[in-house]
Amino acid sequence: MKPVGLLTLQGDYEKHRQAFAALGHPTRNVRRPNELDDVSCLVIPGGESTTLSRLIDRTGLREPLREFAASHPVMGTCAGLIMMARELDGEAPADFGVAPLGLLDCTVRRNGYGRQIDSFTAEVAAGPLLGDDDPFSAVFIRAPRIVDVGPAAEVVADLDGEPVAVRSGSLLGLTFHPELTDDLRIQRAFLDLV
Amino acid sequence: MESPRTDQQLQEQFRHKVGLAEMLKGGVIMDVTNAEQAKIAEEAGAVAVMALERIPSDIRKMGGIARMSNPGMISEIQKAVSIPVMAKARIGHFAEAQILEALGVDFIDESEVLTPADNQNHIYKHDFKVPFVCGCRNLGEALRRIGEGAAMMRTKGEAGSGDIVEAVTHMREVTEGIRRLQMMRKDEMMAEAKRLGAPYRVLVETAELGKLPVPNFAAGGIATPADAALMMQLGAESVFVGSGIFASEDPAPRAKAIVDAVTFFDDPAKLVEVSMTLGEAMKGRAVNEMDESEKMAGRGW
Repeated sequence: MKPVGLLTLQGDYEKHRQAFAALGHPTRNVRRPNELDDVSCLVIPGGESTTLSRLIDRTGLREPLREFAASHPVMGTCAGLIMMARELDGEAPADFGVAPLGLLDCTVRRNGYGRQIDSFTAEVAAGPLLGDDDPFSAVFIRAPRIVDVGPAAEVVADLDGEPVAVRSGSLLGLTFHPELTDDLRIQRAFLDLV
Repeated sequence: MESPRTDQQLQEQFRHKVGLAEMLKGGVIMDVTNAEQAKIAEEAGAVAVMALERIPSDIRKMGGIARMSNPGMISEIQKAVSIPVMAKARIGHFAEAQILEALGVDFIDESEVLTPADNQNHIYKHDFKVPFVCGCRNLGEALRRIGEGAAMMRTKGEAGSGDIVEAVTHMREVTEGIRRLQMMRKDEMMAEAKRLGAPYRVLVETAELGKLPVPNFAAGGIATPADAALMMQLGAESVFVGSGIFASEDPAPRAKAIVDAVTFFDDPAKLVEVSMTLGEAMKGRAVNEMDESEKMAGRGW
């Protein structure tokens, strides 16, 4: 199997690298379109979606990423989910220049839980994603909120009934950061999609 | 916003603070003095802005006491952008920090750029829900600040100088200190903690990780894409650009070029491309021509 690709334009990709390394999986950086040829799947990390969106355009990665996602698994966490969403909700002017890739049939609101002082950890139910009922201790940092899920996507984790992760085929988006905790079940579930 | 009561709550809160610092990695944090500059920074791809009334090079020129910025001005910037907004409090001035926390800023910089409020003590940062970044010149200083609860470190460099030499010195000091720790036996670490004046447990954790337990960014004198690339190659995980952008003659393209340079810090061909059309960088002042009393890095310990 080819290595796990990490979109290393900006964000906490080193944390993702450590998580996959702990599972014995090598990773490879992706900053240029041709680097997508050498990876089996891709992680779009947490970071700032305004920055990621601009760098995806400046590096010419927008269309190559969409093509890659049509035939390979992609996981986005936090800002990564924002980039994977179909559309953004409730922001003006012009979503502060964030243009999502439209890979997952859901609508997302950036900073939907508030500012940094509102960041929190909570137990989420992720049975459909993990195949077990043990709650997942999830870290939400200036997290986005999933405000609508379309028919092409399925909710695979929820926090008190509110969706916090969605999946469509082998595309997976999470509002929280599995890379910031030691529980590696989500990375395992993602690798199972590969 | 009450303080956490148990060790577990404290650890969880600290994880959220460091978590935000992690999200800012591989990015550029830009000093801005009004909403219009903040929008230019966001448009260029900054991961965060630092809201302050005057950029450091102007603080140098103006003299007088530099204090926390007016909350009204910070609030205008919070409304103008969607990226995290940071603001500075004076060293030891926990009341300024309380005001910034109540205002909802995303990160507080306990900064030597402002006139210190306490010659002995820094802020006890674990008391706050908002994360703090602090400057350091060497490993001992970094570990002391982390011991007090800082969730991110940055080099002090020499703010507002446009001269990279101090940031380079401070980054090398920290990484050399960590390399030395990694070669030590366990029984030598207490003596090293004593020598550095550093908290023992944070020092041991740093030795085990081979890096600081919180992200380590560069600041103080970065003016060009090449400066940013240099600091990243020396081990910085992100860069702060203070005066370097808005004291230059071409703020918007320079801001964008520095963002690109941080992403492609190890790719000289790309650095050529992003630097090609830039105008004049900030004029700056050489640190070795400054009087000791003019230097900001000596503030705090």
